[in-house]
Amino acid sequence: MSGLHGCEGCPVAALPIQGGAPRLVALVGPPNSGKSTLFNRLTGLRQRVANFPGVTVEQRRGRARLEADHREVVLIDLPGVYSLTPRSDDERVTRDVLAGEMAGTPRPDAVLLILDSTNLNRHLVLAAPVLALGLPTLVVLNMADELANRGGAVDPEALATRLGVPVALVSASRGEGLEMVREFLSGAVGLPPSLDLPVLADIPKCRQWAVALGDKAGYSQPAPPVWTRRLDAVFLHPVAGPLVFLAVVIAVFQTIFSAARPLMDAVDHAVSASGSWLSAVLPASALKSLLIEGVWGGVGSVVIFLPQILLLFLFIGILEDSGYLARAALIADRTMRKAGLQGKSFLPLLSAYACAVPAVLAARTIENKRDRIATILIAPFMTCSARLPVYTLIIAAFIPERPILGPLLGTRAAAMLGLYLLGFLAAFGTARLLKSSILKSDGAPFLLEMPPYRRPTLRQIGLRMYDRAKIFLHRAGTVILGVAVVLWILAHLPLSGGKMPEIANSVAGTIGRAIEPFVRPLGFDWRIGIGIVMSLAAREVIVGTLGTLYGMDAKAGTAGLQAALRHDLTPGGAVALLVFFAFAMQCLSTVAVVRRETGGWKWPAIQFAYMGLLAYSGAFIANRLVTLFLG
Amino acid sequence: MRLSLRTAPAAGRNPASLDDLAVGESGVLSSIDLPEGDANRLMELGFLPGARIVAARSAPGGDPRVFRVDGTEFALRRETARKLRVETGKEKEGAP
Repeated sequence: MSGLHGCEGCPVAALPIQGGAPRLVALVGPPNSGKSTLFNRLTGLRQRVANFPGVTVEQRRGRARLEADHREVVLIDLPGVYSLTPRSDDERVTRDVLAGEMAGTPRPDAVLLILDSTNLNRHLVLAAPVLALGLPTLVVLNMADELANRGGAVDPEALATRLGVPVALVSASRGEGLEMVREFLSGAVGLPPSLDLPVLADIPKCRQWAVALGDKAGYSQPAPPVWTRRLDAVFLHPVAGPLVFLAVVIAVFQTIFSAARPLMDAVDHAVSASGSWLSAVLPASALKSLLIEGVWGGVGSVVIFLPQILLLFLFIGILEDSGYLARAALIADRTMRKAGLQGKSFLPLLSAYACAVPAVLAARTIENKRDRIATILIAPFMTCSARLPVYTLIIAAFIPERPILGPLLGTRAAAMLGLYLLGFLAAFGTARLLKSSILKSDGAPFLLEMPPYRRPTLRQIGLRMYDRAKIFLHRAGTVILGVAVVLWILAHLPLSGGKMPEIANSVAGTIGRAIEPFVRPLGFDWRIGIGIVMSLAAREVIVGTLGTLYGMDAKAGTAGLQAALRHDLTPGGAVALLVFFAFAMQCLSTVAVVRRETGGWKWPAIQFAYMGLLAYSGAFIANRLVTLFLG
Repeated sequence: MRLSLRTAPAAGRNPASLDDLAVGESGVLSSIDLPEGDANRLMELGFLPGARIVAARSAPGGDPRVFRVDGTEFALRRETARKLRVETGKEKEGAP
């Protein structure tokens, strides 16, 4: 294309230095262009993840330190987009930020446009709308190593001449060629000249423009990725494909439940050991009780899940960065479609078997907003590890161990499996319900890019694990801390004669007795009522609460607690309690993270009410049925 | 409500949609029978009228299917692939 003015392919350093160096630089690029890898390269740990106000679109900001002059530049990693024609929330956010119309985000001073050099014909199309913005721009052609390995080539200087803005050829994953990016960030700014750009609405014209541009820049497309084709022949094979898929799922499960166990025990031990140490050094007082039982116990019950969550995100990172996740989504799509969902919902739902919090965070990979909300809403039905202590206690107390299938399957294991199935069915049914009513598909076709397989880098995965752990500890931790304190106060007030009351006489006990008429039809007495109130914060809290109520140390005297429960709870009530815990959303960490991820209280409120209603009616029916059958 | 019956293309006639391409076969996209927004999204990915599209492979169950356009592979459900009309030229894949 003609119509070039100004700088003719000059090196960056010779570009006019703007008066003020850029302070806010936006990273723009299509999905799978390696945008986030570059962002991580430039910012390292100096980044912050939040949502844009009012939408469920992730906003990542970070500071890049420029060694040259010890200044810092703020980078904002915008959602990956194929065009700037707003069609989804992601595209709207990217467009609004670039146009300076996003509340709370000033207009960026410059743009890094990141394109995959192995896919230049397609990716270069995005240069048209981005250059039309008139912001100083550096075009970053990423994956230079892959381009060279597969025999492709491009002349960045020739492209710079044609575009009138500097062009850098880099490999973000290897950190090669980043000097030019840093130079650009420190103030050598290329203002796009008035270029003859194609009419943006005419997509075929834009594509022709991009292809012609690539031709003139000596672009030769790389050979097809041979290894990717070979691996796909196995991973998408009609027989081997599903087997590999199954092996991956089992490996994730094994890791979550077996490999994480010693780590979780170690954290548990550290929390209780430090608790006992504190308890030994502090003088006896109400404050000590608050600190140890409220704060230490409450926060400890959350921190214990950290190893599991870190391992889970290690797996997710490997699956996502290697490119296998797209294949897994492809394989899962057929099954997920039966629930009205799509292939990309598979990973969040698998994660939910460990904990709903990382599952809700993992739902970010689903671009379709309705599918994403539906996935977030059903994730807490999956049997998370916090339900296991409750299930184990009730099953051990009420179900005698008898073999069903010889040594393979006993009654208790069968009961546990049944509870897993119950949660799964509730999730499946709810998904069908949502997707045929309030979250009916907008008809947008399912579209999944199959990126080439790539070797994941420790750096990328490590950063993500760090990032997700931070969200988990910060958000969930602060909520849990607050609630733990409130619950402690409820259980230890009012003071009677200057002394803390028995839990039965406390505010919590009063609430438990007040709600007894409501839980009576489920087969529960006031003690279980208190347990349910207390376990609104986190499910496993009920075990400790019941221990306190029956005056037993929950850990040491589980057998005693079982006997006490058998005395107070009918078999109908026991089954009802299991059903209640399978359905109810008794986890404030999840409520908090759903609020964060859906950008408001609407969805967590609906979710809490729906799950509560289902839990109550399910428990009611279970109690009636069991009582009927056992006479 | 899914049409599982597919009229077999008569001998010598061009298959009608992307879904009719067997694995390894290719066709030239002639039109996209989808709402404008969705069609534009597909066009941005390279599913442009006139583009040669190769049926690369499919998920183990046969659905969704994977199509290659301009060196990149995309998965589409068969219900979507049916909305993309293609022409299969008799001549071998020639110059671009």
